[in-house]
Amino acid sequence: MSDALARRDERDLRDTMVDGSELHARLAKTWGTGRGLIAALSTVDHKIVARRYLVTAFVFLFLGGLSAAAMRIQLARPENQFIGPDLYNQLFTMHGTTMMFLFAVPVMEAVGIYLVPLMLGTRNIAFPRLNAFSYWVFLFGGLFLWVAFILNIGPDVGWFAYTPLSGPQYSPGKRTDVWAQMITFTEIAALATAVEFIVTILKQRAPGMTLDRIPLFVWAILVTSFVIVFAMPAVMVASTMLILDRLIGTHFFNPSEGGDSLLWQHLFWFFGHPEVYIIFLPAAGMVSSIVVAFARRPALGYLPLVLSLIAVGFLSFGLWVHHMFTTGLPQLGAAFFTANSMLIAIPNGIQIFCWIATLWGGKPVFRTPLLFVLGFFFIFVLGGLSGIMLASVPIDTQVHDTYFVVAHFHYVLIGGAVFPLLGAVYYWFPKITGRMMSERLGRWNFWLAFIGFNLAFFPMHLLGLQGMPRRVYTYQPEMGWGTLNLLATIGSVILLISFVLFLWNVVSSNRRGEIAGDNPWDAGTLEWATSSPPPPQNFDRIPLVTSREPLWAERGPLPVVGGLAVDMRQVVVGTVTEARPILRESSPEPSIWPLFAAIAVGGTFLGSIFTPWAVVWGSIPVAITLIGWFWPSGSPEDEK
Amino acid sequence: MKAHRLAEDLSALPTYGFGTSMTMWWGTLGFCALEGMGFALAIGAYLYLVHVNAQWPLADVPPNHWPGTILTIILLASIWPNLQAERRAREENLPAVRRWLIVMCALGALLVAIRFYEFTQLNVRWDQNAYGSITWIILGLHAAHLLTDLGDTAVLAALMFTRHAKGKRFSDVEDNAFYWYFVVGSWLPLYLLVYWVPRW
Amino acid sequence: MSRFSLFLLPAIGFALAGCRGWQSALDAQGPQASELAWLFWIFTWVLGAIWLAVMIALAAALLRSPASRPDPLLVNPAQDRRYAAVVASLAVATGVVVLVLTGLSVVSQRNLFRVEEEAVTIRVTGRQWWWEIRYEEADASRSFTTANEIHLPVGKPVKIILNSADVIHSFWVPSLMGKQDLIKGQENDIRLVADRPGIYRGQCAEFCGLQHAHMGILAVAESQQDFERWRDAQIRPAEPPGDPERQKGQAAFLTQPCIMCHSVRGTPAGGKVAPDLTHVGSRKYLAAGTLPMSRGNLAAWIVDPHGIKPGVNMPTIKLQPDDLNAIASYLEGLK
Repeated sequence: MSDALARRDERDLRDTMVDGSELHARLAKTWGTGRGLIAALSTVDHKIVARRYLVTAFVFLFLGGLSAAAMRIQLARPENQFIGPDLYNQLFTMHGTTMMFLFAVPVMEAVGIYLVPLMLGTRNIAFPRLNAFSYWVFLFGGLFLWVAFILNIGPDVGWFAYTPLSGPQYSPGKRTDVWAQMITFTEIAALATAVEFIVTILKQRAPGMTLDRIPLFVWAILVTSFVIVFAMPAVMVASTMLILDRLIGTHFFNPSEGGDSLLWQHLFWFFGHPEVYIIFLPAAGMVSSIVVAFARRPALGYLPLVLSLIAVGFLSFGLWVHHMFTTGLPQLGAAFFTANSMLIAIPNGIQIFCWIATLWGGKPVFRTPLLFVLGFFFIFVLGGLSGIMLASVPIDTQVHDTYFVVAHFHYVLIGGAVFPLLGAVYYWFPKITGRMMSERLGRWNFWLAFIGFNLAFFPMHLLGLQGMPRRVYTYQPEMGWGTLNLLATIGSVILLISFVLFLWNVVSSNRRGEIAGDNPWDAGTLEWATSSPPPPQNFDRIPLVTSREPLWAERGPLPVVGGLAVDMRQVVVGTVTEARPILRESSPEPSIWPLFAAIAVGGTFLGSIFTPWAVVWGSIPVAITLIGWFWPSGSPEDEK
Repeated sequence: MKAHRLAEDLSALPTYGFGTSMTMWWGTLGFCALEGMGFALAIGAYLYLVHVNAQWPLADVPPNHWPGTILTIILLASIWPNLQAERRAREENLPAVRRWLIVMCALGALLVAIRFYEFTQLNVRWDQNAYGSITWIILGLHAAHLLTDLGDTAVLAALMFTRHAKGKRFSDVEDNAFYWYFVVGSWLPLYLLVYWVPRW
Repeated sequence: MSRFSLFLLPAIGFALAGCRGWQSALDAQGPQASELAWLFWIFTWVLGAIWLAVMIALAAALLRSPASRPDPLLVNPAQDRRYAAVVASLAVATGVVVLVLTGLSVVSQRNLFRVEEEAVTIRVTGRQWWWEIRYEEADASRSFTTANEIHLPVGKPVKIILNSADVIHSFWVPSLMGKQDLIKGQENDIRLVADRPGIYRGQCAEFCGLQHAHMGILAVAESQQDFERWRDAQIRPAEPPGDPERQKGQAAFLTQPCIMCHSVRGTPAGGKVAPDLTHVGSRKYLAAGTLPMSRGNLAAWIVDPHGIKPGVNMPTIKLQPDDLNAIASYLEGLK
């Protein structure tokens, strides 16, 4: 339909025709989520979906944390009788699976889903219904896994589920089936979200936000999304092969019929190592945001920081074999992966140096978000350096699969991702809720987390060197590991308390926190240009970006563009590199079908655990719900 | 909300376009990329299994390649009607779009039928050995693409016979055509792998 | 906790770790393990120093007290260029360190996996959850099978061939050598030398199911004479019991389901799926490093294997108390 035709449509009210509170109210009505259960289940507002994602991911964090606490109690002293091997094996599998698949990746995506459209100055994420769908898939996948655990069919073969232990012969029963299908299922959510991010970032940036004006956090999410697109299919292919081996008698991993158990490891780690960077890169983006805001100056080395993110993304695909150094691979090949694994220290080092230089050149303001970032430096650098040790084939043969590795990856993941994440929550909480978190509780939270973490995980380096393998449910007194284990348990309890404090801070600040205002930290990026919390339309008018930190550059009124529809959902779509506006594309309105589609797909996966025919029968409701999803409802968004 | 001043008016911008201007085109590309990665990994797994086994295929007879070859020829030939559908969509020529979508549906149905026959001509079962397993999964993965694309095309064709067949719906037809190129292109290496590597 | 004291912790901890023999990677008892410990320490000191330097730089950045910055965009370009130069040179330095460490690692890797003519070949097969051990000789009559305990002559290169009968396990005796996986369908091998006589413990290092925690192995390094004596004894079939109690024990053992799984060479017991018991009494531990060898522990293990090692493949067999004591006595006597 030509534009002239559109203008004749009497419903086509533009934001150039109204102003002020009327514009605000009309847009809020257009973009808002209605009242009632159906409306709540149909919402496609990225902020609401992100809040659900965040809450759900944090619930899984607590579940994963409680399973860790149970394991720590069991290991506090030798030959403890608190938990038997069967439950212990389920617990560490649930802990790893939950933390990696149900907490770390989703929580980073959740923060991205909330912030990316705000930072880009757009009104919704691209493919908002797919976004709603991905949340439901994530929720159902996580629920299935935990309900299975409660029903004593929780997986017990570890989060990397090595074959043949996870194969039909050595893990009969449904436990591993649950794991394999839930992995494949929940990864659909991660992949869908990654595509949404890529398209949102490439196409929906506010006019004028050229590539070199994209906030660093958004760059991090973009690179992460590409890594997800190329890494996650590996685990889906692997877990599909595993379930086929288990359910219909294929032989992918069965050496007696021409299969190979190392094929599993190659596929799994081809995903598994990038996975670590899928978790770390968004956190690096958070660190950049916080460092810039609290050093009160632009990032020193924006370009090197962006290039480092990209380099880490690329290199992350060349490291997977360092998880397999002890499997008897050819020596030369292994040495190649040593070099590759160490190489990734260079871009990571550059990021660290740039951040420190930014702090050096600025005037650090010591608020809780920055404290967590400082904790991040302390812990993550240590974990990164022990990672260099693991990259060395010889050293790896000693420390691989011991508590040294457990220590290392908790330093990297908790230090590298959870500390920045907590800092990010303190930083963006005022934007999401409109209230500040308590600074006093925040400091307690930080110091307890910092001390508890180091007390819990530092001794594990020593335990590993003293010969303690990972994934043992107990150890004998004569091994001499008791004291350090007790210390680690005490540390983990302190860490747990710090998270309870965090939860308390979130809950109480959400009710009684100081009112934040639009931009409590005087930060420079666009999410701080709108109100806290943002209205459904995010912005009454789309900002016109002239600099990397628009709010620092434009102390007066913010330049904006106009001409978008008011009574229907429209977003500005631009060119990939320059963000020159080319379309006023409509953005889908709420729909219940993504929920139904997620139920249909989830039911199909669940059924497939019991019979392969579920895939055939399940495809019917899946097809119906997808047609319902895409069939136009006659709304202006659908027709224009 | 921060105070603002109007600096530019975008009222004149169109509400939809074709190709790279639309978000949907990029979304489709994204899904092609991740599905392509899935195919690449399946190819990698196949070659890995060839590498670890001294003898390949692990069956007496390689698959009968004729059904696959015919399917490949039809797939390649389908590029032309697909191109027609794409071009007519850009021209927003509704009768032609309807025609070519029906042709594509018919071709899709034919291809799915041949694909089912292909499975019977592999001369190996999925549960016979790893060679059978990897052959079936590769063929199955691609079959899933043929099926879903047939479904997409059928729904879109039906849609083009309703009152919704206007405006950006033509852009959807174009994206659907774009995805078909991916389905065709991704098959070619799989065809070589499934039918000709065992003969090599 | 100050940053400084936390940095000292590793040093103290490692010193402690180094003192412990038994199963410690830093208590090297052979050239391979020494090579590994050396490389570990080099990496630790180099990387520790880097960590300290980064922390000092961070502290310095934080402790400077520049004027407050009402306009964050107001930066001094000349100063920023200097900072950028520092960052660039640090990046180059990182590259150099990484290169050097990679070089050291590769050299060490070559030393570690250098192939020397072996004096002894041991085939270790991982099973849920014990180690089947076979000493292989060209003369087949001098080959024999045992379990959970390897003996090696001091100073002689030993080749250990690793594979698995079921899931993946990993062979790891940290005082002698790094670990290597045992995988069904492929054969891995490692070579190691023990410098000094001693008993070094090892443990399965790849999660292998319910009793992964109780899958220990002992490596007993001894002089050539002691080793030969031990080997000659192991090659011989079990001696028939002398005293009546043990005779009764043997009779009971041979009539019970024990023989479905266990072998005692020289008797009709020829089961192949559980540890060979021909000289079980000579071994230092029971149930893959779980219980020290004694008559009492043997009896306890036979009566209630699932209480000691839940999920183990050994079934619980109802025995009369008399028979139980006699069997324990018989097995203990299988030296």
